[in-house]
Amino acid sequence: MSLAHRIIPCLDTDGERVVKGVNFVNLRDAGDPAALAARYNIEGADELVVLDIAASRDHRPTFLETIRRVAAELAIPLTAGGGVANVDEGRAILRAGADKLTVNTAAIRNPALLTELAAEFGSQAVVLAIDAKRVGDRWEAFVRGGSVATGIDAVAWARQGVDCGAGEILITSMDKDGTRSGFDCPLTAAISRAVSVPVIASGGADTPETFLEVFREGHADAALAASIFHDSIQGLGALKRYLGERGVSVRQTG
Amino acid sequence: MNIALVEYGAGNLPSVERALGRLGVESRRASTPEALADCDALILPGVGHFGALMRSLGERGLVKPLREAVSRGTPLLGICLGLQAMFAASDEAPGEAGLALFPQKVSALPPVDRLPHMGWNQLRRARPSKLLEGVPEDAYFYFAHSYAALDAGDAGVAYCDHCAPFVAVLEKQNVFATQFHPEKSGPVGAQVLSNFVRHAGGKG
Repeated sequence: MSLAHRIIPCLDTDGERVVKGVNFVNLRDAGDPAALAARYNIEGADELVVLDIAASRDHRPTFLETIRRVAAELAIPLTAGGGVANVDEGRAILRAGADKLTVNTAAIRNPALLTELAAEFGSQAVVLAIDAKRVGDRWEAFVRGGSVATGIDAVAWARQGVDCGAGEILITSMDKDGTRSGFDCPLTAAISRAVSVPVIASGGADTPETFLEVFREGHADAALAASIFHDSIQGLGALKRYLGERGVSVRQTG
Repeated sequence: MNIALVEYGAGNLPSVERALGRLGVESRRASTPEALADCDALILPGVGHFGALMRSLGERGLVKPLREAVSRGTPLLGICLGLQAMFAASDEAPGEAGLALFPQKVSALPPVDRLPHMGWNQLRRARPSKLLEGVPEDAYFYFAHSYAALDAGDAGVAYCDHCAPFVAVLEKQNVFATQFHPEKSGPVGAQVLSNFVRHAGGKG
């Protein structure tokens, strides 16, 4: 009996439609979020993440409606985020049907936001998302969809974020994102060693072997991927069978 | 069948409503003592903080009506924080009284593994369980918590183990509760909700 490693499909949206791109650029349409959510719910996803990567304030009502439509399809947990800057915006996302929310840019500007969100909704509902890129011999946190360098050490920031109240870390490797060349195991392992909360690895997912690596060498608690699932390059059931046969605890479905 | 979800201004009511709706079971929200008195079964969902939950119930005057409903034999299902609220007290809010349907207290899980305990885990069954009827022994359920009841006497029917063994399912007469979220636990979670509705006298 042990906690299963989670496989988490991620829906990057422009608020309304699922989009995808390489290294955060060249976005193109990849489908209806509610339709994909319904599919992943049946195929055995352990959780779903839906992000508003445009995160423009005017667009927020559309994204909240997207969360409602996605949540209606799910009998598994839903995490949502993108541009959350205060407790009221967090509450709106949770009320729309998300179980957890991600914060990124606003938390770097104001780490106390994590404390406020945790006090209001509990740490289990607060996921600190970090976009990290290798700079010299360390990883640096980037904000605004990966477009702005902060000079902040990603591992130190993860540790501080947990001290402030984050209940989970979603670490995205910008070097790996969209490349299908495997997760960034050294980055994930460094974050995992630094914090006491669960760590979700993101960026670079490809073959079942890459998931095995990030669980074994990256010590990830969960692994997130988008296009390999959207494009049916990798089936969730086959991925979990592969991992289960190699001794990784996963929730087998169907 | 008249199922009421206790509404206290927080929690995850819509998820539970949707999960019941998928079973074809209608529910309504109850936020007043009168509404709690007038139902066939009660569900106390919960996410967040033990102290905040008990204060919200107190401000709405729902603590005594909930206890009275249980005394009358109304079936009650507590979910996650709703399970924890059934105990006398919690490490999460020292000095704040719980519903005290059970005399033990809720403890912080010792930090020997990652916390919060977040994700899908399996159960160890200690006694026959009504809620788990028809559920495979190796089924996974979704948990998201850092506090738990380590002991519930003979009401503890199934346990989970993360950082310490803790009560995952408790049942005593008309009182039922799960530390996991059945409304987020896929088909096996639906089975648990269905079992509750059936044992409460409805068509689960």
